[in-house]
Parts: sequence; structure tokens; C-alpha cells
Amino acid sequence: MRLIDWIDARFPATKFVKAHLSEYYAPRNFNFWYYFGFLALIILILQIVTGIFLTMHYKPDTALAFASVEYIMRDVPWGWLIRYLHSTGASAFFVVIYLHMFRGLLYGSYKEPRELVWIFGMLIYLTLMAEAFMGYLLPWGQMSFWGAQVIISLFGAIPYIGEGLALWIRGDFVVADATLNRFFAFHVIALPLVLLGLVVAHITALHEVGSNNPDGVDIKKTKDEQGIPLDGIAFHPYYSSKDLVGLIVFLFIFSLILFYMPEFGGWFLEKDNFIPANPLQTPEHIVPLWYFTPFYAILRAVPDKLFGVMAMGGAIIVLFLIPWLDRSPVRSIRYRGPLFRIALSIFTISFLALGYLGTQPATGLYTSLAQVFSVLYFSFFILMPIYTSLDKDQPVPQRVTGK
Amino acid sequence: MTNTVDTDKRRFLTNATTVVGSIGAIAVTIPFISSLSPSAKARAAGAPVEVDISKLEVGQLLTIEWRGKPVFVFRRSEETLSALANLKTELRDPHSEELDQQPSYCKNDLRSIRQDLMVLVGICTHLGCAPTYRPELAPEDLGPDWQGGFFCPCHGSTFDLAGRVYQSVPAPTNLVVPPHYFINDNKLLIGTEKMGAA
Repeated sequence: MRLIDWIDARFPATKFVKAHLSEYYAPRNFNFWYYFGFLALIILILQIVTGIFLTMHYKPDTALAFASVEYIMRDVPWGWLIRYLHSTGASAFFVVIYLHMFRGLLYGSYKEPRELVWIFGMLIYLTLMAEAFMGYLLPWGQMSFWGAQVIISLFGAIPYIGEGLALWIRGDFVVADATLNRFFAFHVIALPLVLLGLVVAHITALHEVGSNNPDGVDIKKTKDEQGIPLDGIAFHPYYSSKDLVGLIVFLFIFSLILFYMPEFGGWFLEKDNFIPANPLQTPEHIVPLWYFTPFYAILRAVPDKLFGVMAMGGAIIVLFLIPWLDRSPVRSIRYRGPLFRIALSIFTISFLALGYLGTQPATGLYTSLAQVFSVLYFSFFILMPIYTSLDKDQPVPQRVTGK
Repeated sequence: MTNTVDTDKRRFLTNATTVVGSIGAIAVTIPFISSLSPSAKARAAGAPVEVDISKLEVGQLLTIEWRGKPVFVFRRSEETLSALANLKTELRDPHSEELDQQPSYCKNDLRSIRQDLMVLVGICTHLGCAPTYRPELAPEDLGPDWQGGFFCPCHGSTFDLAGRVYQSVPAPTNLVVPPHYFINDNKLLIGTEKMGAA
């Protein structure tokens, strides 16, 4: 008896590999945009492994935290590499996730029957934001401290319960040792467990309904005698080998940043964070890390505390609703009418512009621009039921295109 | 004895088990949720801080740490005080009518016990940054109408030299005046009120 048979009689090893890899049929027309889900998974593993090794040297104590990070950088053998892998990995994670989400918008991957794939994905994104935010407090630099102070204060804007809630989150009257210690616990164990669970749910939902593709064609409609989609190819070995090429290109760029510019000009590791936290002085120019700046710009665009916080939260909540806001029967942008194409272009420009404005001071022209782009950002979602119904979509082919 | 199943009894038992079990499960979360609240140690911290103000020049600002928060103590000039009286229309709450932002004995237009000496918690009421002290008139970055005051670098909120918030900025309320009293002309105690005084 072969070993694999012995195992298969007790545990569905072969069955699992077949269902998710060697007999999971993905559309044959995947393009560049389909690398990022795989890359996100690789980065998740990278973050978990580097994170485990960092916890072996890091000290979650306000008196020791800053120095322990410097100790990792200078005294721990290869500590600098592990730390830079983790900090560069965090930014790379968001680059990849944003491209992955944009792919979903381009090809309508959130549309029926993939609503839950999108919802789980959004929950992953939300958890990732919490994970990144809490992780950024740990080095206990100036930006760590004041970033946490500002973000926790956001909860204080909620009427009646807000102040008590902010106090409960901090565990002290200001961001203090209690806050650092609990953020450490959330960052290294609680949220990673949630993240892993959500990733399993995301992929399970995806493999149940099957992957979308750049044509937005449902490949399950045309199958051969064995019930295999005519336009489908097995994920392994075809896409696993394609993804390896993507991984090599990714690692090439990642390594360049990692070894030659790990701070990325203050975008991946902010300059003020090389100063230990000082609760008495806010840095002159306080900015969140780049992946939060679009939402930060929306927050600052509204000259009212509660409405600003609501706009910022709303900017994320509307993303959850896309599957139901989009009324077009067509998935892919290839066959969408001009209205959706224009709307998506304006949205993309607004998101990037807000991202830039979030890094700039909140004065005069910048604030006005942020207000304009915030309105455009929300218009994409609020007007979506209208322009997707009115749009002149083109006929979608029966089969995927390309040779 | 019959073999029929008493479904009503089953349903009752299922419901009863679900309800009692749920109550137990919710009750168990209470200690965990409570454990995140400020500890006894955190609550006990926050002893009053004594400040020597004898060497504080006009226009000068001292930053004191009280309960881990920055507290600004600064001396205002006669010109500042008269300028503050003319600002009312630009302010959101010129007469400090919002409660809880100052102790009752500082609920006046200058928001202070002694006109010249201002005491403020240096935390922006928007999202908790420490505003910067900008007493100069009409600096380049803040525009020609700037009368001197506080500018929050995080989200651009502005306050006058009594900690009163301007209109159309993100901060909703005036800066907080902490409880304090003057022990004598040169000593200030922050964090407590004079015992027995009205």
C-alpha cells in the first residue's frame, strides 16, 4: 500500500489537492491583473514568518519598545533584514491588495454569484487596516504615538458613547503602556487569526463559484463531456507556474526596495518615527502611512468632527455595497458602456488624488481639492445604480476571447 | 408507555438550553471586556502638578505634563486681552457655553481665573493632537488675519489665545481648561481645585 493511499483513507489529502489545485478549473484567459491574489497570499506568509521572529526580540513596553526595535536593527544578527522584510512587506501588502481590489472593479468580480467573495475580501482589507495600524504603534516612535492618538480619537466622535469607547480602547486616559501592550496582543495573535480565517473563507467562497475572468464570461456554461469547462484549465500546473513568474518579478522589485531604499523616502517608514514617542509634542507634519491617506484626506475635507469621521467610515462601507449598487448585467469593463468607463476613471483619479492630498498639509487649496475629490469618490458609488442602468453595454461573447 | 415523541417538550428543552447557554456565554464576555478598561493603577495616576510661574514672561508658554497630557501655561499681554474681546463673531463658542470644557470658575470670555495667565490642556478637541502655539500676528503660513492663537498641525483646527475654537474648523469645541488654582502669585497647582473655595 502506498503511503498516500494510507493517508487518503484517513484524511482527504488527494481530494483536497484535486478540488483546489489540480482539478480546480480556472478560466484560461487570466491576464496581468490575476497575479495579485496569489501575491497577497505569499506576503501574508512572509508577514507571519517575519513577525514571529520579530516578537522574539521586541519588547511591548513604552520604556523599552523603541530601543528594542533599534536593538533588532543593530545588534540582532540579520535583525535589520527581518525587520525591513516586515516593514516593506506591510506596504507591499497594500500595493498588492489595492491592485487586487481594482481588478475586481475592472472585471466586475464582485457581481453575482461572487458577492460573498467580495464581502470576505473587504473584511480582509478592513482587518488588514487594523493590523497595519496596530503594528505601526509598536516601534513607539513619534508617528506611532500620534497616529494612534488621532485614530483612537476618531471613536470619540461618536455621540454619547464615543469618549468612553476611546477610553476603553486605550485602556488609559492617553495612549500609554496599556495601549501598546494590547495593540501588541492584537497585532501578533488576535488579528492574524482573524485574517487567516477570512482568507480561508474568501478562497472557499471563490472555489465554490469559480473564478471570474477578464471577459466576465461564465465558463461553467460551456462544459465538455467530463463536465470540465471548455475555457477552463487546471490551476495546477498551469496557473501555479504562471504565478511563479509573477512572484519572481514581484520579488525583484521587492528586493530592490528592501535592500536599497527600505524607508522608501519616508513613505514606508516615516522620518518622524525615528524619534521616540513624545506625548507632549505633536510632529509638525503628521501623516498616516500612504495606504491610509485617501481616507485621511476625506476625514480632513469635512470641517466637522462627527461628519468627518462618518465620511471616512462611509468611504469604506460603500465599498461593501458595490455588488448591489451595480445594476449592469455585464461584468467586465471590456463590454461595459461609456458611462461606467468614465465613472471608473474618475473614481480612480479621485482615489489617487485623495491619496496624494492626504499626505499634504490641510490648508487652503489642498482642503478645497480634497473636498472636490471626496464628492467625486462618493458619486461613483451613490450614482452607480443610475449610470449602470442607463449605460449602453455591449454584447458579451459566449466564450472567453483570446487564443 | 407510548413511542410518540413529545415535540413540545423537546422544543421547550432546546429553547431553554439555548437561552440559558447564551446568557452564560454573554456573561463570560464581561470580565474580558472589562479587563480592557483603565486599570486601578491608571485611574489612580494623575496627581496634581505644581508649576512655578514666577519666571514666565509675557507671551511665553510652558508645557507641563499632567496625567500624561500636555498642559499649556502662558502669560497674555494687555494687547492680547483686548484683541480677544473683539473676536466673538469668528468663534464658535465665544462665551464658553459648552459645559465640561472648563471648570465653572473659568466660564468667562477669557476662560481664566487670572486674566493674564491662561491654563489649557494642550490636546486638540478634534482628534487629540497637540496644537502649536502661534502667538505672532499674521505669519506667512496662517494668513494676514491671524490674531495669534493655536494651530493644530494635524487637521488645521485653530483656536484663539483663550483656547476658543474658530468657526469652520474640524475641532468642535474649545480647548479644555483643566481644574487648577493659584497657591500664591507665583505658584499654580494643576489638577485640583482649592479646597473649600467657592
